[in-house]
Amino acid sequence: MEAFDILLQSSFWVAAIRIASPLIFATMGELVCERAGVLNLGIEGIMVAGAFAGWFTVYSGGDLWTGVVVAALAGALFGLLHSFLTVPLGLSQHVVGIGVTMLATSLAYFTYRLALPEVTSPPKIEPFQPLPIPLLSDIPLIGPALFAQTPLTYLAYATVAVVAWVLYRTPLGLAVRAAGENPSAVEAQGISVTAIRMGAVMAGSALMAIGGAFLTMSAFNSFFFEMVNGRGWICIALVVFGSWRPGKALLGAILFAAFDAYQIRLQQISGGVVPYQVFLMLPYILSIAALILVARRATYPKALMIPYQKGER
Amino acid sequence: MRLEPKPAPSAVAMLAYPAGAIFVTFLFASLLVLAAGANPLSVFGLVLKGAAGSRFALFETLTRATPLIFTGLAVAVAFRARLWNIGAEAQLYAGAIVTVVLGTGALPLPAPVLLPLIALSAALAGGLLLLGPAVLKVRFGVDEVVTTLLLNFVMLLFVSMLLEGLLKDPTGLGWPQSQKLIAEARLPRIFTGRRLHYGFVLALACAAAVWFVMKKTALGYEMRAVGHNAQAARFAGMPVNTILFKTALLSGGLAALAGFSEVSGLKGNLTLDLSPGFGYTGIVVAMLALLNPLGVVIAAIFVAGVFVGADAMSRSAGVPSYIANVMVATALLTMVTAIMLMRFRVRWR
Repeated sequence: MEAFDILLQSSFWVAAIRIASPLIFATMGELVCERAGVLNLGIEGIMVAGAFAGWFTVYSGGDLWTGVVVAALAGALFGLLHSFLTVPLGLSQHVVGIGVTMLATSLAYFTYRLALPEVTSPPKIEPFQPLPIPLLSDIPLIGPALFAQTPLTYLAYATVAVVAWVLYRTPLGLAVRAAGENPSAVEAQGISVTAIRMGAVMAGSALMAIGGAFLTMSAFNSFFFEMVNGRGWICIALVVFGSWRPGKALLGAILFAAFDAYQIRLQQISGGVVPYQVFLMLPYILSIAALILVARRATYPKALMIPYQKGER
Repeated sequence: MRLEPKPAPSAVAMLAYPAGAIFVTFLFASLLVLAAGANPLSVFGLVLKGAAGSRFALFETLTRATPLIFTGLAVAVAFRARLWNIGAEAQLYAGAIVTVVLGTGALPLPAPVLLPLIALSAALAGGLLLLGPAVLKVRFGVDEVVTTLLLNFVMLLFVSMLLEGLLKDPTGLGWPQSQKLIAEARLPRIFTGRRLHYGFVLALACAAAVWFVMKKTALGYEMRAVGHNAQAARFAGMPVNTILFKTALLSGGLAALAGFSEVSGLKGNLTLDLSPGFGYTGIVVAMLALLNPLGVVIAAIFVAGVFVGADAMSRSAGVPSYIANVMVATALLTMVTAIMLMRFRVRWR
């Protein structure tokens, strides 16, 4: 029964939403890229770069929101690199994505070591503090979970709403979705597929970087190596699981995070009978299982991973 | 901006474009060295000296190149058939686990029997580990990039679990490491007093064997056909799924041999830091080699030299050794761009 009681603790749901927040940013970012027809495997490294850029800005004396903006700009810059290579030059999105992940990660580590050659324990910053919303945060159970979080979590909610609104309610969103489904139709409207796709990858990469920055500026208060730890790859699975829809992807991210928070607590009450590594493996295995579950009926954007050349069919 | 196909590149162009990519990589690295307040020429001089400036340095570079040849071959084979194996890291550890399980005294056999047995078992384990994602790709349409990537994390946790449980060295003072291999399970050193071991020779033999399979056998032809256009290959009556499965077994097996070679030839036991990302670096090695098995050997030695040289340089010049990782990643991106520019003309309109 102890295992069930966890679900009734508000601290559990608070943790679940906190774990979900970076995933929401990065999943939305990947979703925007893929909706425009570009698989962005740079996500893992862009999250590392965002985590570092945001933290380093604050550590060097900037304020927290400046840190978020710098992280987003760093992400957009890597998005520019990725999209320049994959969209007009049409290079393999797999290879370029892995390359961008390696480059962004190693640049972040290089800069960290260059700036802080002698530190043994990672220096701390003053991170975002929880900002309970009056009245809403008093609702039992879900109040503290949803409305007593840091401002960056609220920004994550807003991001989902904005991404959904832009994709489905604006001409720009129509062009992005069409670029991922039927690019020649976009070109026939006199809109540049190249511009749409590059813009989408840059915007999406900025969101991934903010997801990374959440780790160093809200969830924790310092930057350390290996901290992103596969979250980017999990977000790629979440996009598939959410069938490329912002609402479903949000739900997937929260479900996943709830599971992650649950396994941490289960680990504590299991009393060491099961090795803790088994619990740590579960999120990755769950992601693979989710992919298998939805793969058969997954409707990929039809032009995903297919480079587009003007005047070519 | 448009891309127009060019006629087949000349021999000069085949060298000039990749050389240009390496040049751009060094140019970018120079900027970082300048940012670190050092002189790029003297830093690269130190890297070269650390990688090849002495007999010791040269042997170190070849030792470091050994696992990279295996993982580079694994990636080259898989990418040729467009099987996106990003999981060489996990397959390497699968091979290492098998090596430890069979090599710590469970099989009391003489070395000439035991070593091939362990190597084959390790390769089989790695092959089966990649067969899973290949089956998921073929049967369910699950993207193998994500599954192989996620399995890397699962595998590392699995190794950690074994090292604190079943495979824990009772004399390890609580340190997470396995028992030492028995003498019969160790690959011998090539020269006394040097760390270079017969894993390097095995790697060269594998490169030659893979080259033969790719260029001279029906399987190699089929793999290239599937990679070029799977639908056309299926239309031509090729068993595409079976070919992908065979590719997976071959690729995963090669990556697992890296784990076997590192444990049996170099380290003697299994620890969690057996591989500092050899699986991921294998992708760079394969791309630098343009997926050519013999090119993999040269690319692996080059990449290993950058890492070994940067380690030595960072101790004396104070530029973080992560510059090697930056250079390797940059080389990957510049090289794929160079290959594209070699084959297509860019028209700005």
